[in-house]
Amino acid sequence: MTAAEIPIASQPSPDMSARRAPAGAAALSIEGVSHSYGARRALIDVSFDVAPASFTALLGLNGAGKSTLFSLITRLFGIQAGRIGIFGHDISRAPGEALRLLGVVFQPRTLDLDLSVTQNLLYHAALHGIGRREARLRSGEVLARIALSDRAGSKVRDLSGGQMRRLEIARALLHRPRLLLLDEATVGLDVKARSDILNHVRQLVSEQGIGVLWATHLFDEITASDDLVVLHQGKVLARGQVSRVIADTGAQDINTAFMRLTGAVGKVGSEAS
Amino acid sequence: MSSITVTPSRRGFSFGEYVTCLNGIVWREALRFLHQRERFVSALVRPLVWLFIFAAGFRQVLGISIIPPYETYILYEVYIAPGLMAMIQLFNGMQSSLSMVYDREMGNMRTLLVSPLPRGYLLFCKLLAGTAVSLLQVYAFLVIAWLWDIAPPPIGYLTVLPALVLSGLMLGALGMLISSGIKQLENFAGVMNFVIFPMFFASSALYPLWRVQEGSPMLYYVCQLNPFTHAVELIRFALYGQINWISLGVVAGCTAVFMIGAILAYDPSRGLARRGPAGGET
Repeated sequence: MTAAEIPIASQPSPDMSARRAPAGAAALSIEGVSHSYGARRALIDVSFDVAPASFTALLGLNGAGKSTLFSLITRLFGIQAGRIGIFGHDISRAPGEALRLLGVVFQPRTLDLDLSVTQNLLYHAALHGIGRREARLRSGEVLARIALSDRAGSKVRDLSGGQMRRLEIARALLHRPRLLLLDEATVGLDVKARSDILNHVRQLVSEQGIGVLWATHLFDEITASDDLVVLHQGKVLARGQVSRVIADTGAQDINTAFMRLTGAVGKVGSEAS
Repeated sequence: MSSITVTPSRRGFSFGEYVTCLNGIVWREALRFLHQRERFVSALVRPLVWLFIFAAGFRQVLGISIIPPYETYILYEVYIAPGLMAMIQLFNGMQSSLSMVYDREMGNMRTLLVSPLPRGYLLFCKLLAGTAVSLLQVYAFLVIAWLWDIAPPPIGYLTVLPALVLSGLMLGALGMLISSGIKQLENFAGVMNFVIFPMFFASSALYPLWRVQEGSPMLYYVCQLNPFTHAVELIRFALYGQINWISLGVVAGCTAVFMIGAILAYDPSRGLARRGPAGGET
């Protein structure tokens, strides 16, 4: 199935207008965040913003600190230094308010393989306090959007990798968040499935006004109009619109720009697809 | 860099949201349990082996005098039935914790922990869900025991329920507390051996404590200090429509201490941090 076949956002959520961000509010605000595993420093004074209704790519090699940052944003790790805010809600001081506005797709699969597609969605809805009737309604909607209605009763372990990822994205949107985090969501998928998922997420940005932070190490997932944060060895080396970052480094493309920023010529060759 | 504008997000959670969350977690745990038929069968086989084989063999060796709550001489099978009910809960509590370690390693636990509801409440729901599953097992055991002529008063099936909930929570909280200190799944089997067997054997589950005292005064005191002993006695008395107040106090106190300890000690980063630097997920 191509992305064009996925009828995304044909029915915007009823409370969407109320969920529009006021001017000036960052969907995600990272300020001076540092994190260490014992003596090893995984993040060093990381700061950047993700604007509402924007697609921000968090680009970094494996081990750059992307997943650590995601664990901090989702409160799986305690914040050692700095501050993280979601639409102005401090994740440490008001975690409930912040997490309500957040949807997340982690790098490893977090679906329950023994439950059906619908059961996974209902479980997620319950964790957000959404009643069974409303949850069934929303599940039907999101499954239709990702063209998985016919697999609603199937066990998750019987789905393909691409279908599982789409289901995880649908699940992350079930409680109608305004910020979506995706941590290397296309890892291990074939080219077509990757393209479908990427297009699906971009449509969420343009049609539903969701802010997206897309962690990746693949250059071909980034376009010139995206916002970009380059994370390398725990530090932010560059941030801004991709075309601006490319221009600032005097490079011709994002690949070369990244190499110039990180000096990771040998490594990048194997990461670029 | 800092954003001064705050987008409204509803504060707090309604009672209905808390109940929905609890229902969802219990429902998911029950579904998983029912999908794993082997787990259900093995959970029943274990106490039934003790009941049908061990108790039949020891019936002639171990005489039971009239001790509260019993009002007459009883068969050994009748005596150990409450101990076996508690044993089901002990194994279930540890197994639930095992599944939490597994979920933490596999990443499923993240689904639970990114819920906006308070983390302590989520873990409490998880404990309650494990307890609900143990109740299914215990009542299935009671049905089979009834066919074996172990028949407490009919009201006992009802009065034992709160005791089972409390003891299930205590043992589940203990399991969660233990699992908080476990860095990886492989370490859990050893801990099971150091917890389950000593707790079970150094208790009143298999023999009355006055018998133990005759054999070893030291062991008698160990048994008295063992919270599992009090879980067994709480269940035993409740099954006959009575309350053992000392056991109730000990089990309630231990439940509170274990639960608070488990919630405070629970560190979701334990499994993740281990996998992070090593597994490339950083």
